[in-house]
Amino acid sequence: MKTKKITLIGLLIALAFVLSYVEFLLPLSIGIPGAKIGLANLAIMVALFLLGWQEALMLSIVRVILVGFTFGNMAMMMYSLAGAALSFAAMLIAKKTKKFSITGVSVIGGVFHNVGQILVAMAVLETEQLIYYLPFLIVIGTISGIVIGIIASMIHKRIKGISNLF
Amino acid sequence: MKRNDIILIAVLLVVSIGLLIGVNIYRKNNTSGSAKVEVTVDGKVYGTYPLDEDRQERIELADGSYNILKISDGKASVIEASCPDKICVNTADIHYTDETIVCLPNKVVVKIVNGEENDVDGMTR
Repeated sequence: MKTKKITLIGLLIALAFVLSYVEFLLPLSIGIPGAKIGLANLAIMVALFLLGWQEALMLSIVRVILVGFTFGNMAMMMYSLAGAALSFAAMLIAKKTKKFSITGVSVIGGVFHNVGQILVAMAVLETEQLIYYLPFLIVIGTISGIVIGIIASMIHKRIKGISNLF
Repeated sequence: MKRNDIILIAVLLVVSIGLLIGVNIYRKNNTSGSAKVEVTVDGKVYGTYPLDEDRQERIELADGSYNILKISDGKASVIEASCPDKICVNTADIHYTDETIVCLPNKVVVKIVNGEENDVDGMTR
């Protein structure tokens, strides 16, 4: 059973990596720094609901490091690590309260990912005016969170049946 | 989707609309005629340019990357950049106090500052 779990985690890491690459190829060019669609969150959501938070956390960290070294630079890696960490913590809390479905958890993740990125950018650039982008970032995080959440719950429903194998 | 999800989404939208209105009111109240454009790189001031004077400025960074700032008709914008995502280029023109154009990869921030108080600093810089 352990091998199957390792394989699944490896598969999800590869998926998160590719989704990050797709997102890198199609940047969200709407003139708002820090805005992300967060496609890779799909893989992390699936891991969080299917495997558990330790596996999802590992996936999240490995993804940021892989993507940072491959496509980005140190600065971008720092922004996205902060975003990933904050969004993961928020998603975990949201999931633990059991008040939200996958979609709700995903919305919280999307919003906090964008908020985390802009907070680090504010600290690094010493420009507190970046807070003005916050409303836009919340809206974008919400919309992408809804979409990712709906897709994640569809995937979860379909592979839940085989999840007891892991 | 559960009921709580809908409530969450609604709350988020209301919060962001509220923030947006607040920010815009604050900005309008803090804009005056003699604003300047301040460019900072990695938190340090790179240069300050008056907003009422048309010009183009190439912001060169130590590692060879660049952003080109254009000031015209009392508005500032970044028209060209070496960064991969081009978010700064796609940001709309700015002219209110505290509005910003940000280039995260190059750590460049273009900001409108109200020049009145620190006129002397601006001249001697």
